[in-house]
Amino acid sequence: MELTAPQKENIQKIEHSNLFTPGFFSSKVSEVVGWARKNSIFQFPMVTACCGMEYMSVACSHYDIDRFGAGFPRFSPRQSDVLFVVGTISHKMAPVMKRIYEQMTEPKWVVAFGVCTCTGGFYDNYATVQGIDTIIPVDVYIPGCPPRPETVIDGLIKLQEKIEHSGFESRPGK
Amino acid sequence: MTDLIEVIQNKFPDLVESSHSQCGDQTVVLKKEGLLTVMKYVQHEPSLHFNMLMDLTAVDYWAQLRKPRFDVVYHLYSTTKNHRLRIKVQVSEKECEVDSLTSFWPSANWFEREVWDMFGVKFKGHPNMKRILMYEEFKGHPLRKDYMYNKRQPLVGPVN
Repeated sequence: MELTAPQKENIQKIEHSNLFTPGFFSSKVSEVVGWARKNSIFQFPMVTACCGMEYMSVACSHYDIDRFGAGFPRFSPRQSDVLFVVGTISHKMAPVMKRIYEQMTEPKWVVAFGVCTCTGGFYDNYATVQGIDTIIPVDVYIPGCPPRPETVIDGLIKLQEKIEHSGFESRPGK
Repeated sequence: MTDLIEVIQNKFPDLVESSHSQCGDQTVVLKKEGLLTVMKYVQHEPSLHFNMLMDLTAVDYWAQLRKPRFDVVYHLYSTTKNHRLRIKVQVSEKECEVDSLTSFWPSANWFEREVWDMFGVKFKGHPNMKRILMYEEFKGHPLRKDYMYNKRQPLVGPVN
């Protein structure tokens, strides 16, 4: 197709503008990967107790963790990046949680949501795991009974910082 | 309000161990061997008609050094007469067994499994006498007062 005179003129204008002046965009691949990963967190919410209500409130429109690219819960461990352990884990539930963690593909991270998952909380008894970090590695601890949505968002941002700087490794030193 | 204690005491004078009533809550303590007879009566007798077993639990009097050690407690309710009755049976540590009420009230099934799980009281004639809350590998019965409060039996991970 033959271009008309004004069209040719326009193309010349664009070619001579700053838009296509040669230049460089430099970055490390690990940084790009980290940036991409931190903004597309697919989470697996493992909700076992009352903290689940607070998790739902964070996930819904009022606090909206979709702003951080983490608004898409996956209910298959094989499709998720971050395991949110939300609520008390009993000794009977512990093997299930461990198995879910093992089923997740690398890279993977774990968030302990609420004081029960962090330390067992006030359930210092025969039935409750005294902190899930005795069973699986934990990246971010969000304390509170239950944590306020602001605390959760703060924890999520801390997790994003960690993901951003961990490069290709899901876990430094692993 | 019907005096339920009097009704049961008059009907089964040999099977009632003791009784008391506080703030309208009437309690009858039965002898262990009389449990099924009395329960069958209070369920089917038209003037009582206890058609609902609301709760079934146990109490451990280990710290009080009481003998027999356990109470098994039955909370009955009648939906047609709107009255309640508490029935207790004392169980010793050696013969830790009472008759099952699963054939009278199906709700007794899980309650009795819970009492077995938590207190180690067995129920004779129960169709499925195994733990309901704790895992099969769990040793002991955690709501017994001599179960150490800091004893841990994790399935995975360290003992902590």
